[in-house]
Amino acid sequence: MAEIDSEHTLTVDRILAAHAGRPGPLLPVLHDVQNQLGWIPSEAIAQIALGLNLSRADVHGVVSFYHHFRTHPVGRHIVQVCRAEACQAWNCQATEAHAQKRLGVDYGGTSADGCFTLEAAYCLGNCAAGPSVMVDGKLYGRVTPQRLDTVLDDWSKR
Amino acid sequence: MATRIYVSRDAAAQALGADETAAALLAAAGAEIELVRVGSRGMVWLEPLVEVTDAAGQRIAYGPVMAEQVTELLGAGLLQAAPHPLRLGRVEDMPYFAKQERLTFARVGIIDPVSVDEYVAHGGYEGLKRALTLDGATIVQEVTDSGLRGRGGAAFPTGIKWKTVLQQETAQKYVVCNADEGDSGTFSDRMLMEGDPLCLVEGMTIAGVAVGATQGYIYLRSEYPHAQVALEQAIAAARSRGYLGRDVCGSGKAFDLEVRMGAGAYICGEETSLLESLEGNRAEVRYRPPLPAIKGLFGQPTVINNVISLASVPVILQRGAAHYRDFGMGRSRGTLPIQLAGNLLHGGLVEKAFGVTLRELLYDFGGGSASGRPIRAVQVGGPLGAYIPESQFDTPLDYEAFTAIGALVGHGGIVAFDDTVDMAHMARYAMEFCAAESCGKCTPCRIGSTRGVELMDRIIDGKEGQGGIDQLTDLCETMQHGSLCGLGGMTPFPVMSAVKHFAADFARKR
Ligand SMILES: NC(=O)c1ccc[n+]([C@@H]2O[C@H](COP(=O)([O-])OP(=O)(O)OC[C@H]3O[C@@H](n4cnc5c(N)ncnc54)[C@H](O)[C@@H]3O)[C@@H](O)[C@H]2O)c1
Ligand SMILES: Cc1cc2nc3c(=O)[nH]c(=O)nc-3n(C[C@H](O)[C@H](O)[C@H](O)COP(=O)(O)O)c2cc1C
Ligand code: SF4
Ligand code: FES
Repeated sequence: MAEIDSEHTLTVDRILAAHAGRPGPLLPVLHDVQNQLGWIPSEAIAQIALGLNLSRADVHGVVSFYHHFRTHPVGRHIVQVCRAEACQAWNCQATEAHAQKRLGVDYGGTSADGCFTLEAAYCLGNCAAGPSVMVDGKLYGRVTPQRLDTVLDDWSKR
Repeated sequence: MATRIYVSRDAAAQALGADETAAALLAAAGAEIELVRVGSRGMVWLEPLVEVTDAAGQRIAYGPVMAEQVTELLGAGLLQAAPHPLRLGRVEDMPYFAKQERLTFARVGIIDPVSVDEYVAHGGYEGLKRALTLDGATIVQEVTDSGLRGRGGAAFPTGIKWKTVLQQETAQKYVVCNADEGDSGTFSDRMLMEGDPLCLVEGMTIAGVAVGATQGYIYLRSEYPHAQVALEQAIAAARSRGYLGRDVCGSGKAFDLEVRMGAGAYICGEETSLLESLEGNRAEVRYRPPLPAIKGLFGQPTVINNVISLASVPVILQRGAAHYRDFGMGRSRGTLPIQLAGNLLHGGLVEKAFGVTLRELLYDFGGGSASGRPIRAVQVGGPLGAYIPESQFDTPLDYEAFTAIGALVGHGGIVAFDDTVDMAHMARYAMEFCAAESCGKCTPCRIGSTRGVELMDRIIDGKEGQGGIDQLTDLCETMQHGSLCGLGGMTPFPVMSAVKHFAADFARKR
């Protein structure tokens, strides 16, 4: 089965058209594609390469360089757990371990029910009230394992 | 008349429930209040902070106010600024705030961040208005005379950088703001962009006018969606009022701005990597020279500065170089927005003149550790900054004083750890971070950091002894001297400072 259907092709075309003529368009295009499709399928890479007059290898090289861009389908929500120093000072290790246990996955994995994809983050800018967690762009502070349960319970209903 | 109530929209306040508190206020008293969402005052432990305007027009703070407490507080007379255990009084009278010198953060937490009218009413755009009466060289001289040094961490004099760009004779120049703020323990860029984004817009406009650049880019890390919204609202507001665009304030000079999102790579904070990323490439570090000031974005002369450097320029132009320069010590002039992070009771943002000691920051402002245990180590200046032991807490915040003890002021992030910290683990983490974030261009960084993690694992397992420490020292020397940029070159700082000051943690049986 094709990874990307014709509706997706249209979406990518629309994004390419919206960025036409912009200097250095590749990252903005990739962001828009990922925001709308949830990830960047290989067909989209080919289509972007064609649209921006780059080689597929060029586009692939850029996509693979950045942690933010995903080349696999993801769950309904993205959970980012900060593992950087200031959150370690707040014992984020316990929060990390709890997230992995509850979701049954390591970083990069998606829970079996397809609800959450777990990602590591290196500072979310909330270092005075760690451990910090972000779910689909919503930030949470002082996320102990218990509070993580409350947060994830809430998101699992959405 | 409706009572004006202020609740922060800052991401850190939201992270502790400010949106829910704001919603509860509207639900319970929507008809009686005018709710204004502001930046954060920087006292993170008191968020969600609610400020109520009293009969005398003063702002009285309550905090932390959780949504569940709103009904009870309203019943107790919140709208009349009545007494209550959560009542804090005026923020300006609280010691944490009163002891600060707020120049760059003067408006943060006070005004609606995206209202041009409020910005102007609080002194905004006075700096630009003055700059528009001066020629480029005079503006650059003013910035040079202020003593402002790069707040991104390297502390290079901002005016001298601008002068290099001014002197280039090309048709196109750029101003780029480095808003990648990758350092853990730092959030001042974020707070400024969310709390007073027009200040950054004004600073970049002044830079453009000074060096003759017409286009600016703000390269913002993808972890900061709240800042993106605030910046885009502020840019649109400034443009609609003629502060950006083809004819800035009727001066005939053009300047416009665009926000570009990063994509989760720490190395993109390094300026040449950032420029590669803006151009749409893999963000591999470029060899310098040429400096970005000579050949930067798309090969054109480019001013690239940190958020706080650029946001400090409006007040310098508004009040004059001498006003700014009169704060500080030695060659570190002006103020630094310091971020108190990690295991501290009173974490948050403290803008102080250079010269304040670490101890004052950790105890007088920070209130000591949140856990109540002794503070054993602090890391200053992000993941590439040294770990500092208690014996050096009297060091004043000053670029040269920190260099003298083998440490780094950097972007002013201070992360405190109590005595449960295992410094061998922190040293291992520094290597792991370097390995994860290396752009791969040079061997000492790419391979060295991976070797460093393996070596640290053996040291932690007790399989190495002194031989392991000697190997680690050699490896760090190779990384420090053989790396192209600061990621590989400075990872030895946290690692070797941990070895030096906390040797017992490397010898301990676990
Ligand atoms: N803020 C953060 O999140 C963060 C993260 C990692 C590192 N850092 C900091 O980055 C620093 C290293 O940065 P760097 O490698 O860019 O430092 P650098 O000293 O090489 O350069 C500093 C700045 O001065 C400019 N410059 C240098 N000489 C110049 C000249 N003669 N004319 C004009 N401009 C000139 C450079 O282009 C650059 O913009 C470290 O000290 C660290 O504190 C900050
Ligand atoms: C690995 C690495 C990461 C960096 N990250 C940042 C960053 O996130 N933000 C920043 O302002 N400067 C960062 N810098 C410093 C920039 O290269 C550059 O010095 C700075 O943007 C110049 O602006 P300033 O003079 O206003 O400080 C980093 C440097 C290195 C070596
Ligand atoms: S030191 Fe590391 S991050 Fe810097 S250029 Fe070399 S490989 Fe890239
Ligand atoms: S270190 Fe976790 S939010 Fe900054």
